Amino acid sequence: MKIAVCIKRVPVMDQRLPIAASGIAIDESGLKFDVNDFDLWAVEAGLQLKEKLGQGEVVIVSLGSDAVQEQIRKALSMGADRGIHLKAAAVPPDARVVARALADELKPGGFDLILFGRVAVDVSNGATGAMVAQLLGLPCVTAVSKLEIKDGRGRAQRELEGAQEMVEFPLPAVLTIDEGLNRERLPSLKGIMAAKKKPLEVKPVTLGESRITVRRLQPPPERAAGRIIGEGSAAVPELVRLLQTEAKVL
Amino acid sequence: MTSADFFNVDSSLSEEERAVRDSVRRFVDERVLPIIGTCYVEGRFPKELIPVLGELGVFGANLPEAYGCAGLNNVAYGLIMQELERGDSGIRSFASVQGALVMYPIFAFGSEEQKKRYLPKMATGEVIGCFGLTEPDFGSNPAGMITTAKARPDGSYVLNGAKMWITNGSTAHVAIVWAKTGADEASIRGFIVPTDSTGFSAKDQKGKLSLRASDTSELVFQDVVVGASQLLPQSGGLKSPLMCLTQARYGISWGALGAAQACYEEALAYSKTRVMFDRPIGGFQLQQARLADMLTEIVKAQLLVLHLGRLKDAGTFTPQQVSLAKRNNVSMATDIAREARRLLGANGILAEYASMRHMANLESVYTYEGTHDIHTLVLGQAVTGLSAFN
Repeated sequence: MKIAVCIKRVPVMDQRLPIAASGIAIDESGLKFDVNDFDLWAVEAGLQLKEKLGQGEVVIVSLGSDAVQEQIRKALSMGADRGIHLKAAAVPPDARVVARALADELKPGGFDLILFGRVAVDVSNGATGAMVAQLLGLPCVTAVSKLEIKDGRGRAQRELEGAQEMVEFPLPAVLTIDEGLNRERLPSLKGIMAAKKKPLEVKPVTLGESRITVRRLQPPPERAAGRIIGEGSAAVPELVRLLQTEAKVL
Repeated sequence: MTSADFFNVDSSLSEEERAVRDSVRRFVDERVLPIIGTCYVEGRFPKELIPVLGELGVFGANLPEAYGCAGLNNVAYGLIMQELERGDSGIRSFASVQGALVMYPIFAFGSEEQKKRYLPKMATGEVIGCFGLTEPDFGSNPAGMITTAKARPDGSYVLNGAKMWITNGSTAHVAIVWAKTGADEASIRGFIVPTDSTGFSAKDQKGKLSLRASDTSELVFQDVVVGASQLLPQSGGLKSPLMCLTQARYGISWGALGAAQACYEEALAYSKTRVMFDRPIGGFQLQQARLADMLTEIVKAQLLVLHLGRLKDAGTFTPQQVSLAKRNNVSMATDIAREARRLLGANGILAEYASMRHMANLESVYTYEGTHDIHTLVLGQAVTGLSAFN
């Protein structure tokens, strides 16, 4: 089975993300980057499928500047077989442009499964995987939390509000992976050394025109300071009154 | 930039070195930190982590891939030791002994057959080793050891004697034992001794107030017969075990840095959340002085070991440089651990916090692998040409 996993380089989310002087992007200097969490679970899903079948290939694809090669190598150090770097100056804000470039690369690849993370934690679009499926004319199952592949067909579970949905689909297919499917493995030290010797093909791509432009990026408004209206049970009537008349939540 | 990397030392590391550090860091966060306080109180080494550490590849990680090891450079190896000791000195000690004091001598002084037989299984943690040099009455002066290995006509040896303060002693499958085959220190040779040999016994050393999450044992050899194939053929003289110690001390100088970073991070976080006199204690000048001093010493120690690692990779480092780094970094870490514990106030004496555990552990690290005092004399001799102890 031939599996492609599309991954994105994103800033690590437990650090302060300052807005750059341009006002339309974050200032990346000194920030730590990693593979998007959901994409790591997609990589892990690909590796587990390959290991279970005892054969196959897991190919990592990522679009962006030269910096994304570090994230591709991380996936290779986890055990993926080879990487493809679609080289572009930056990741455009229009998901369709990214999806088009990925689809052009994936189409002749003969993949049985194309995996994405459900959403990238930096821009929260969650659109690229579904768009690639559309462009390739393949079935698309989003937010997969359980997965089984057997005899050229797949069964997946999706977490819905108050229900779990079980779906079946034929291969080839595009899946976007949700939290809960697995926990990604740590790259072993031997894996890190081996990754340096695995093929990583660099392919410059010409991106289509982005129809979406970021005009402004601003921090969320500061939360107003809280108000203490009293202490103990004596304050309850006043609290209830304010929740009804002022906050209007009761 | 994080406060933990104030001088952006990360920018001097390669992508691969950072990847190694990040993997081991996450292992320590997820598998060591949640259990280590309890292990320490119970006086238990978490043996269940040995196969996980083996799978991760930390044992003998700077030895060649041909023997099942990761083949990393020495800076990456140092970063592994740093991260393990950020967890606990006992975990780092286990890995130091396995890699630098057992796998290294087999690699450096062993036959090809011995290397192929032992190293791959030691890299995975299937075979655990310990290192027997120190004796009850010979610590800083190992040349005086009384353990003997008498050659027999068939080429085998008979070992008699005792070794003390042996990390992994009761856990190990094999012991690297250093013994005199003749009268003087030039006759010291190394042997790979299976711990199930007749006449070999290991006894857990009870009552430790330091390195409680580590196995420390006494070894006794009573007419232990070892075959000629168990002698490390290239070993000869006291220089051989001292070469092993140079490897281990190199790792310790990185490890102590990890312990210091753990204490500093704990103290820093605490100072920002602990409120006294209506404000975080980090706002008081006395605590800021503590934190500024800790940070400064950590940055100096980081730059010291990173440069030492680059020298080791270039093949130009000296044992005296390792003495300086071990002496400085362990002493720095013991001071920081104590200051961090003080900043934590009464909470600082609880096992729930790491600083006092590190503080107690580091007293052992200060004393083992060449005491602080002996390294002082090594440096004195290096600069004056005059030995104070020979």
